[in-house]
Amino acid sequence: MTAPARMSEPMPQGGEPLLAVKNLESYYGPIMAIRGVSLEVRQGQIVTVLGANGAGKTTLLKTISGVMNPQKGQVLYAGGDIAGWEPDHVVRTGIVHVPEGREVFPLLTVEENLRMGAFVRNDREGVRRDEEMVYSYFPILAERRRQAAGTMSGGQQQMLAIGRGLMAKPKLMLLDEPSLGLSPLLVKEIFAIIRRLNREQGVTMMLVEQNARVALEVADYGYVMELGRIVMDDTAPRLLMSKDVQEFYLGVQEQTQRGQKRWKQRKTWR
Amino acid sequence: MDVLQLAISGLANGCVYGLIALGFVLIYKATEAVNFAQGDFMMLGAFITLGLTNAEFMGLPFWIAVPIAIAIMAAFGYLLDMLVLRRMFGQSQIAVVMLTIALGFVLRFVAGTIWGHEPKSLESPIAGLDVRFGGLVLGLDEISVIIVTVLLTIVLYLYFNRTKLGIAMQAASQNQLAAYYMGIPVKRVHSMIWALAGAVAAIAGVLFASKGSIDPSTGLLGIKAFAAAVIGGFGSLPGALLGGVIVGLIEPFASYYIAAGYSQVMPYLLLFLILVFRPHGILAQIHRKKV
Ligand SMILES: Nc1ncnc2c1ncn2[C@@H]1O[C@H](COP(=O)(O)OP(=O)(O)OP(=O)(O)O)[C@@H](O)[C@H]1O
Ligand SMILES: [Mg+2]
Repeated sequence: MTAPARMSEPMPQGGEPLLAVKNLESYYGPIMAIRGVSLEVRQGQIVTVLGANGAGKTTLLKTISGVMNPQKGQVLYAGGDIAGWEPDHVVRTGIVHVPEGREVFPLLTVEENLRMGAFVRNDREGVRRDEEMVYSYFPILAERRRQAAGTMSGGQQQMLAIGRGLMAKPKLMLLDEPSLGLSPLLVKEIFAIIRRLNREQGVTMMLVEQNARVALEVADYGYVMELGRIVMDDTAPRLLMSKDVQEFYLGVQEQTQRGQKRWKQRKTWR
Repeated sequence: MDVLQLAISGLANGCVYGLIALGFVLIYKATEAVNFAQGDFMMLGAFITLGLTNAEFMGLPFWIAVPIAIAIMAAFGYLLDMLVLRRMFGQSQIAVVMLTIALGFVLRFVAGTIWGHEPKSLESPIAGLDVRFGGLVLGLDEISVIIVTVLLTIVLYLYFNRTKLGIAMQAASQNQLAAYYMGIPVKRVHSMIWALAGAVAAIAGVLFASKGSIDPSTGLLGIKAFAAAVIGGFGSLPGALLGGVIVGLIEPFASYYIAAGYSQVMPYLLLFLILVFRPHGILAQIHRKKV
């Protein structure tokens, strides 16, 4: 097996780049959270971004979806630079962000949550059809359609968050740690659905995860982030074989402050 | 005096308190700020209607003056949020609260300058008429207040539960961040909620001024409405109306059965008891807000 590829290696095979991030920098006040990130997401693929706590993964997604404004760099999507656009404009272009920690509307029903996912759309017929589509992927949501979202279990809320994202009719879905706090069985179920959505509905996925193994199993291509930078990227099968990545996710299991099992990173990357 | 008549007049006052309380709660739920000028919004709405319709001022027909006043107050709420409050984004809620308290003083001063400090009556077609049910004589003004409040409640209920924008307003107040992610224009939604609070205040003002006279300090009854909102569980729209009705009903009975001086304290005594024994109000929504 060759050493893990660096960014100079040939880009992943697959469709045209749908999203290309170039030298992106974002700050929280004076703190630079992402430090010149560049990456590509090709049409029809699942691209994962791995990294430990605080690596800047969420910040990267927030900057793409317009919830945060970058200080520098470009977010090229469908031919234009959307860096710094308002989130409602970004959603209209077909990028939807499924946030970390589900973030459902707790007092609204499942059905109302889904309709809010389609807020930027005006095609009533299409919205109704997509609602049925979401229910076909997540039958539990159909059963609970009149239940307040806040009263559902974590796994059901995660399904709702993904379903709500689908209602925006996205070309590109930004998924932030869908496995967070879920049992291994549920993680498996949700990742299988993510893969089906990618194959059957043609939704390109950018999947941020700490759970590297499950992410690399569904992904086509992966990036590894550390302290706000991309430090490694390659096809998913090659990343799975890579010594550094193996060391990363075969490292010591540790309870983090969030109370979930996390893979402790023993060494730095590369 | 008949108990039923006492109840009707208390209920009518309570509806006005309830509508002002509704304004408090609308804004609090959406922006976590308390608009202490809500009572003064009501006063201003009443005076704008009075200025448009009373013969000594513009003399427009009542049914034209009312929608114009509602529209002006809605625009006032919208612009206040868009031009002033939006710029204060990120500052503590105390700053917004202080600003609304100051705004209340300004509104009272402006109203006094334009329309004078003497009590004035709104020339309303429902003022001073009676309706008879058998032996019972009731004021048309009081009956109208109750009917309009019920209708407005139904309209608001349908708006918040059946329309996309109404549900989006709920969504934005339950989880602002998620609303951003879904492409809901949260800032504009906040301005629209201020507009709604302004419009509801104007309706409350017209109703209140139809029952009696108003002067620039009428808005201070916003304090009672604030108590009503707390009694109902700050954060619940039905609770705000219920709290208003409770405060409204307590008042006439207290002043009928209890010595003057003590009777005025009753709404606040109830507020005190509620805060001690049911601190989240009568219709509390048990849900903690996310970041
Ligand atoms: N609201 C904030 N204010 C200040 N600093 C922040 C804020 N949010 C994140 N940071 C900092 O920015 C850096 C990147 O955070 P980010 O949330 O993007 O990491 P992450 O990779 O998503 O981590 P996790 O896996 O824990 O979700 C961290 O050092 C973090 O402490
Ligand atoms: Mg994160």
